[in-house]
Amino acid sequence: MRFGTRSARPGPQAIVLAAALLAPIALASQQTLTVSAAASLTEAFDDFGRAFERAHPGVTVRLHYSGSQVLATQLEQGAKADVLATADQRWMHYARERALLAGDAVTFARNRLVVVIPRANPGFVEKLQDLARPGLKLVLAGAQVPAGGYSRESLRRLNGAPGFPASFDRQVLANLVSEEENVRAVVAKVRLREADAGIAYATDVGARDRAALTILEIPDPYNPIAEYPIAPVAGGQRALAAAFIGLVLSAEGQALLATRGFLPPVARP
Amino acid sequence: MIAVPQARWSEPLGQALMLALAALVAALVALPVVALVLRVPPGALLAQLGTQGVQEALWLSLTTSVAAALVSLVIGLPMAHLLATRSFPGKRVLEILMDLPMVIPPTVAGFALLMAFGRAGLLGGSLTAFGISLPFTTAGVVLAQVFMAVPFFVGAARAGLSAVDPRYLDAAATLRAGEMHTFWRVRLPLALPSLVAGLAMAWARALGEFGATITFAGNLAGVTRTVPLDVYLLLHEDLEAAATLSLLLIVMAAVLLAAMRQAGLGLFAPPRAPRFAPPRAG
Repeated sequence: MRFGTRSARPGPQAIVLAAALLAPIALASQQTLTVSAAASLTEAFDDFGRAFERAHPGVTVRLHYSGSQVLATQLEQGAKADVLATADQRWMHYARERALLAGDAVTFARNRLVVVIPRANPGFVEKLQDLARPGLKLVLAGAQVPAGGYSRESLRRLNGAPGFPASFDRQVLANLVSEEENVRAVVAKVRLREADAGIAYATDVGARDRAALTILEIPDPYNPIAEYPIAPVAGGQRALAAAFIGLVLSAEGQALLATRGFLPPVARP
Repeated sequence: MIAVPQARWSEPLGQALMLALAALVAALVALPVVALVLRVPPGALLAQLGTQGVQEALWLSLTTSVAAALVSLVIGLPMAHLLATRSFPGKRVLEILMDLPMVIPPTVAGFALLMAFGRAGLLGGSLTAFGISLPFTTAGVVLAQVFMAVPFFVGAARAGLSAVDPRYLDAAATLRAGEMHTFWRVRLPLALPSLVAGLAMAWARALGEFGATITFAGNLAGVTRTVPLDVYLLLHEDLEAAATLSLLLIVMAAVLLAAMRQAGLGLFAPPRAPRFAPPRAG
């Protein structure tokens, strides 16, 4: 079809184009709350999203999950969100330093690290020391990802611990075959039995994963407990964001996080 | 039959709309490139090229993409020849199959590759028995790139091979040349420009491959972290470095496209007019 040789009356294509351009304007009349949350919060925040929509008719909660480093840098580059929940203080701090937040960050949950192993255990991993056995295929989150930072910190703490060599972390990291962009990708690689072991959060092993995965606990002194802060985002909808954060911090919200395996924000005496 | 314009008043409107939309699409493609150039500090390209991580990624990208292009050539050429010269039952299905990697999301491709060639995949057991393990290896990167790139070569090569003037083939046949002989001595040389164009496109596609690589081969410096993966990683560490490396990839792609244009090998260049009309029956 050539323009100009025939009647250039707006045809059906033009109408479709106009409709496509105007559609977002029409949809905006309904309120949308956008929540950027760390990948490890997926199931818990899906629940929060549904609860929030029930309590606030006319509001749609859009949940965006990724590695915390992705969420923070996306906000920095102008992505729109109302609430930010990260898996460590570092990236929340990063967001605060760049004036991306509209209020204080509150820690709402904590999480333990565990070693995940395929149920078939192709790498014969029975204890933490086995992670250092040459030839093992280990997958971790990248060093920039909160889970990746915590994992490396844990391995460092195991250096020279009773029954562990002084260079334990270096021996283990020599087995690293991939650095994943978020902690869920680590679990996926282990679930697919491509990796012999990975390090993830205790909460990442959901009900469906339990049949496919075995867990190896990391004892307390060597387990850097992950902290999850939440904050309203600058330029976002303040009232809705505050209401959502209120839900997460409420007794009901805390109970829900507990059923998902998260630890409460402050260690109970 | 040519339709007579009925509403002449709409002619300028149509012209204006055409130009406006053309300007829009030009801006859509140009703006991100310009923005990237503005983001790169002067002199940063050379400084970046000096860092070890970038050199590793660049070397890995170059070797794997060249390997992927060559593998695509070797395994794609026979398929292109079959599709160009023969008709057989199931050809339609085969054609769709060969186009499939061009349109499926690369992450899906990577996942499917895991399902097939992963340790727990369909062929995983057999591969392991031979001591072959593809995920998390450089060979896995090449496999992912071949999967994504081979359709570009097959498509271009097939088009070139089937566009060879039948008179040359008839001439070869009258000289009792067999199919293979005709292929090597007549069809292949005449279709060479298309083969080169297909090879270049396959190489470019392999060089830019990201989704299938990160899903199937993983992400580890020096082993599987190609330049696109490095860019993705740098996005969360060092935006200037990410922009610099992105610009490098764009420049490489632009140079490739310019060189192909110069050589008359546009990717979607309109078919050149035949030098003489093909003989018509009747």
